[in-house]
Amino acid sequence: MENRTDKNSYTIIFAIAMVLVVGSLLAFTAASLKPTIAENERMEKQQNILYAMGVNDNDEGSANFISTDKVAGEFSKYIKKQLVIENGIASENDQAYLIDVKKEQTKAKSGEARILPLFIGEKDGKTFYIAPIRGKGLWDAIWAYVAMDENMVVQGAYFDHKGETPGLGANIKQRFFMDDFIGEHLLDASGNFKGITVAKGNADPKNLDKTDNEVDAIAGATITGDGVTAMIKKDLKLYWPYFKTLKK
Amino acid sequence: MGLLSKKDANLILDPLADNNPITIQVLGICSALAITAELKASIVMAVSVLFVLGIGNVVISLMRNIIPSKIRIIVQLVVVAALVIIVDQVLKAYAYELSKTLSVFVGLIITNCIIMGRFEAFALGNGPWRSFLDGIGNAAGYGLILIIVGFFRELLGSGTLLGFKVLGDPIEKTGLYAIGYENNGFMLLSPMALIVVGIIIWIQRSRNKALIED
Repeated sequence: MENRTDKNSYTIIFAIAMVLVVGSLLAFTAASLKPTIAENERMEKQQNILYAMGVNDNDEGSANFISTDKVAGEFSKYIKKQLVIENGIASENDQAYLIDVKKEQTKAKSGEARILPLFIGEKDGKTFYIAPIRGKGLWDAIWAYVAMDENMVVQGAYFDHKGETPGLGANIKQRFFMDDFIGEHLLDASGNFKGITVAKGNADPKNLDKTDNEVDAIAGATITGDGVTAMIKKDLKLYWPYFKTLKK
Repeated sequence: MGLLSKKDANLILDPLADNNPITIQVLGICSALAITAELKASIVMAVSVLFVLGIGNVVISLMRNIIPSKIRIIVQLVVVAALVIIVDQVLKAYAYELSKTLSVFVGLIITNCIIMGRFEAFALGNGPWRSFLDGIGNAAGYGLILIIVGFFRELLGSGTLLGFKVLGDPIEKTGLYAIGYENNGFMLLSPMALIVVGIIIWIQRSRNKALIED
């Protein structure tokens, strides 16, 4: 006896019904949760920016953002200016932190002019210049917020990733990796942009030499580390002309 | 066991040892290699798979009489993908911090062969309650191996457990490192997971000769 479910007509109807049901279920979930998710992402950006300039709830070993109920207040307290740099000209824009760096990079690739967001924060009398950067790790996107002083010396950094290997590449968002960047110089001795290389075996595991433009790599995460190097060299270099204008 | 009949209890207990999905059926090896460099990641993956396989098995079992056999694999894939994506979206909206920890695992869960394997081999032919037990049992067997492998890889590779420096500080040279101990960086790389799984298989089969195939 042929089973009812073996018929072609049944199979096709089942497939269509399944696609409709699952499709609308997913669309409904995505649409109804979208505002909440967008709000979470917006707060996360503010948390990331504040984290880079040292406004965070870090304890001894782990990286903690300031809580979401405080973030809006702290953001307006510490972030004094939000700049958008277009063709070398900086103008203020208080929504600059919402700029999608990924979209701007795509624009630059297709030859269009891209804009660079830069956030200027002040804490304990010190000025921080915080830039968002984005690149590629082993599996997917990686990105970071890097806080610098006017000499392009890193004051703090927050790294994150979409899908790096847990326990290996995913460790770029761990304190031991991010904290290595603090104090590291992006310019070389003669003042030219050199970036920071995530280096294997640089004989400086405690990262005492802050002017060698190198931090210690994570074992087993070579490609993610190379991605971090490339992202810093490429994206932060775009901000170099702006920092040169600060010197005048 | 008063709560479960002996047959039902075996659905949970068998996959923990003599019918373990990783060491006996050799399924789910890909994720066992990928994410066991740290104990914490192993535990997160084990709990996620427990959740997805438990619920997925019930859903497939409830649908088992209406799924057309010609496209059953696609249907299984759609069910597990939809389940995982909906959970991911809900977590993103209401438990954002947790969702960031888990997002890396989403792709690994959908493509985990244990999940497809249990749908195909068990849930399509059994009722929802037994399928649920089978899902929980297999996920627990999978998780057990993951946690054992994660324990040794993190301990020997990084000298830490769940991020705590149990062997001392390798840079400051305290604890074991003071007497010349070094972390084995090779433990952090995927091939060592395969070797650790191999050692588990070896121990298991040497203790239970019935598992050795001719």
